[in-house]
Amino acid sequence: MAPTSPASARRAGRRSPLATTALLVVGLLATGGAYALATTTATAETTAASAQLIDEGGKLFAANCASCHGLDAEGTAAGPTLIGAGALAVDFQVGTGRMPMAASGPQAEVKPVQFTQEQIDAMAAWVADLAPGPAVPADRYIAGDGDAAIGAELFRINCAMCHNVAGAGGALTEGKWAPGLAGVDPVHIYGAMVTGPQNMPVFSDLNLTPEEKNDIITYLLYIEENPSVGGWDLGSLGPVSEGLFIWIFGLGGLVAVTIWLTAKSN
Amino acid sequence: MRFTGWAANYVDERTSASTAVKALGRKIFPDHWSFMLGEVALYSFIVILLSGTFLTFFFDPSMTEVEYSGSYVPLQGIPMSVAYHSSLDISFEIRGGLLMRQVHHWAALLFVAAIGLHMLRVFFTGAFRKPRELNWIVGFLLFVMAMALGFTGYSLPDDLLSGNGLRIIDGMIKAVPVAGAWISYLLFGDEFPGTDIIPRLYVLHIMLLPAITIALIGIHMVLLVVNKHTQFAAPGRTNDNVVGSPVLPGFAAKAGGFFFLVFGVIVLIASFFTINPIWNYGPYDPSPVSAGTQPDWYIGFADGALRLIPPNLDFVDPFGFTWAFGVLIPLVGLLVFLAAVGLYPFFEAWVTGDRREHHIAERPRNAPTRTAIGAAGVTFYAALWAAASSDLIATHFRLSIEGVILALQVATVFGPFVAYFITKRVCLALQRKDREIALHGFESGRIVRLPGGEYIEVHEQLDDFERWKLVSFDEYQPIMIRPNDQGKITVNQRVRATLSRWFFEDRIAPVTQNELESQKH
Amino acid sequence: MADAHDGPDNGENAGTAVARQDDHDAPAPAVAVVRADRIPNPGFPPERLRVTDLDPKKAKQAERTISVLFFLSVIGSVLAVAAYILFPIEEGDPSTIRLNNMLIGVGITLGLLGIGIGAVHWSKALMHGHEEVEQRHPTRGSDESRERAVEIFREANAESGFTRRSLVRNSLIGALVATPIPAIALFRDLAPAEDPVALLKQTMWETGTRLARDPSGTPIKASEVTIGSAFHVIPEGLAELESHRLEEKAKAAVLLMRLPVDELNEREDRADWSYDGIVAYSKICTHVGCPVALYEQQTHHLLCPCHQSQFDVANHCEVIFGPAARPLPQLPITVDEEGYLVAKSDFTEPVGPSFWERQL
Repeated sequence: MAPTSPASARRAGRRSPLATTALLVVGLLATGGAYALATTTATAETTAASAQLIDEGGKLFAANCASCHGLDAEGTAAGPTLIGAGALAVDFQVGTGRMPMAASGPQAEVKPVQFTQEQIDAMAAWVADLAPGPAVPADRYIAGDGDAAIGAELFRINCAMCHNVAGAGGALTEGKWAPGLAGVDPVHIYGAMVTGPQNMPVFSDLNLTPEEKNDIITYLLYIEENPSVGGWDLGSLGPVSEGLFIWIFGLGGLVAVTIWLTAKSN
Repeated sequence: MRFTGWAANYVDERTSASTAVKALGRKIFPDHWSFMLGEVALYSFIVILLSGTFLTFFFDPSMTEVEYSGSYVPLQGIPMSVAYHSSLDISFEIRGGLLMRQVHHWAALLFVAAIGLHMLRVFFTGAFRKPRELNWIVGFLLFVMAMALGFTGYSLPDDLLSGNGLRIIDGMIKAVPVAGAWISYLLFGDEFPGTDIIPRLYVLHIMLLPAITIALIGIHMVLLVVNKHTQFAAPGRTNDNVVGSPVLPGFAAKAGGFFFLVFGVIVLIASFFTINPIWNYGPYDPSPVSAGTQPDWYIGFADGALRLIPPNLDFVDPFGFTWAFGVLIPLVGLLVFLAAVGLYPFFEAWVTGDRREHHIAERPRNAPTRTAIGAAGVTFYAALWAAASSDLIATHFRLSIEGVILALQVATVFGPFVAYFITKRVCLALQRKDREIALHGFESGRIVRLPGGEYIEVHEQLDDFERWKLVSFDEYQPIMIRPNDQGKITVNQRVRATLSRWFFEDRIAPVTQNELESQKH
Repeated sequence: MADAHDGPDNGENAGTAVARQDDHDAPAPAVAVVRADRIPNPGFPPERLRVTDLDPKKAKQAERTISVLFFLSVIGSVLAVAAYILFPIEEGDPSTIRLNNMLIGVGITLGLLGIGIGAVHWSKALMHGHEEVEQRHPTRGSDESRERAVEIFREANAESGFTRRSLVRNSLIGALVATPIPAIALFRDLAPAEDPVALLKQTMWETGTRLARDPSGTPIKASEVTIGSAFHVIPEGLAELESHRLEEKAKAAVLLMRLPVDELNEREDRADWSYDGIVAYSKICTHVGCPVALYEQQTHHLLCPCHQSQFDVANHCEVIFGPAARPLPQLPITVDEEGYLVAKSDFTEPVGPSFWERQL
């Protein structure tokens, strides 16, 4: 198509206010050859873990996780293998309290976190040491300083069908659900996208670049920090909560008014 | 005062207005809270007209694509239709614009809800009986109009939610046998979504449908005045009088004040509670969709019907044409249900053979079969309605979506029968209790020890005024089969007699004077 | 008033068919039974007076309350205007919109509720509090006017010959029936002259069209699709379309997933429609057209968020739950020499909801 078409002109206009680095990345994306580079930048962030940390992580794993995942994390009937799961998966699963699971159920639920961040880091280091896997991202990919508009568009296309356009969550099959995203730590949002926990699809860096993930985090932080301009949002659940509200409080309140109205005065 | 007199004279000499004041100024309106529900609907409609007019000054229904340049950060630079852009501008750039949008939308939800409750009141008190059958039809058409107005308005912002709603409508239209693909093509002016649908719906929404609605409201009001309002049974009130307060001044002040109360409550809700945050949804794009995509509540029953149908119901006939029964069954089912609601008064008149005028609103328990039919209808509607939020029920009560849908499928099919049975029994039990109280009075809570050592609770007799409410209903006999002029009994007659027996079976007679006398002695 | 009341069930006014009968007679069909020993209507009960009727002080107090409410209403209206001016919407600060909305709203609410509560209170506490009685009359016109109406119609019929001159009448009815036909025909141009059925049966996908990311339009390499991934896909070139972009997208949107090869159960005739566990299915639900996009990577189920149809990706997207009529259409894919995923052809069946001519 002609480069002067309105669609491509819009796209260029939208990205023009970005910082120089972002512009460079976008330019490279447009050539179609940037993905390899993006991948190397993302995986190069892996932190070198000390042997001591790995050792401590191994002990914690053996005590808390091995009953389901196997002593060498090779997986059992009760839990999948963690070889190649990577540090980020551990950080997400344990850091949100999903692991260790309290009981088997349709899906692992968020609970109070059972370990300190140091302990989580140790287990993550141990799992990462088993085989290469997604690492905890550099701070600049979870800073939430990207483009909220791009993030919102990507969120609508890739995430909203499960998590709702306002991140309020939604239903999945057979009793599972996509959780609400309010108050979730950006590193966990990033971790979920990269590792695809449970039934969530994987959004690798080859699908959504780290910058695009940062844009999505930026959007989520925006809607979290800016409450609905119209007033209380009724859970952002859409027309169902609005309908219930108008029946119970709107019409219910007015029925109370009619009772006052038609009662004979004292 | 002199000016008022002069002005009144001036107007009357040119309009004969005094005749209207004479006829209507002291008309009597009975007081009961449930008689105000129609007014809630009427006043919501006025609020909708006022706020909607404000919105038309700023809304532009064009589907031309532009780039968003407003102040909402997460949409900046995104391509969207002018319609969506102008809806966002109303929300973000115009002072009070968001308030008016929210007033308009909340008032619309309230409008349909109030119509629904008003219809239920009219149904369960038998206020649709002669001479008001035609006004029931007019009111029913208003209910349909309200849904049409609501749906066309819901679609106008051209956001992701409304676009997906239109896509569902498009899918339903395409399922129509023979002409579906063509109707969709003509309606959208192209393949879905095209660039014509929003302007076309806009014209319907702000011109054609409101004009029809206003005309129907006019007829509804004229018939109300001609028929006079029903009233509940009470001492002194009969089928031949109407007791209440006159329009001027008492009723006018109440009703006028009530308009401001309804308006005020709507504005209060709109100032504190978000409705339809279109900025969250983004512009319409056929690829994305949000979890929890639902229509506004009054279309919910149709959406629910679509959700409850079992899979794989397409049928290809021998000529190679496709019958999409998965869509057609809910579609036809809903039309039949709506038709049944609209035509019920004629059915009941035929079954009961009752050709008298009725001006006393019946207590629901005194017409057990009708009340049970109503309860069955409400259950059917409620099951479909709940189905439209099956996903939210599943997430909020930690159930599986498959389980919720299965339960609602069962509720839709069997629930009405269960509701019919239970309601009828409850009505009969309440009637028996009424009889008991009318005859023996009510339990006073005072325990007395008789000289023989026996304890009894003293029953206190009702006075005549209190008793009247419990005994003033009519007793009916079913229609009997009678041969016609040729001495034949037609099938029509048999069916009618059977239905009539069913309608009046198990009835309980009101307490009579003789029974009361014998009780006293 | 009460004395205007003339007893229950006098029968004449109430309509046409009330049967009066004694206890044990057989009832006439189709009427209510009115027993002779029916309990009579006791007439109006004694009236209770309001405190404002009895105590002039209370009446005075109510008067003050009402006027205070009306004054509050004025204050509310002024506050709304003040909020409009003093709390403007500031660029870049959404909280100002929230505040503006809330404060204008509260002002208007006060303005309205003040009038409403005041007027109702006035009516209830101070205006004439007695119930009044109006007699009803049968809704039908009087016999005299009914006769006159019939007579008018008869005269009109005689003068015009509407019944007699049946040729004139019937041809008029025919003409009236025919006149709206042009109006219906005029609606034909609501849409361009093409045949919609042909359009519904083809999409933008062609042999060799690359699969591209939605919304950026960048093509996707097979190597980029890791196991468990879900890509939202449009045909390459769609993002740059000058016209009909949304119309094409509404048909061509595709979901690309990669499953472990051993979990993918393929139909024999479609064995070469996937590439190394990568499958592409239409995103448009076969029920009524919502985008089916909720992919569960462990169960391989696809869920439609609109009506909860479920499709099993591992089993050629057959319907396992919900109202959908048939499996989602599969897009045959392969890779080109540069490693990008491309379509082998268009869909082999119409995408989206059923329509009448779908099979022909």
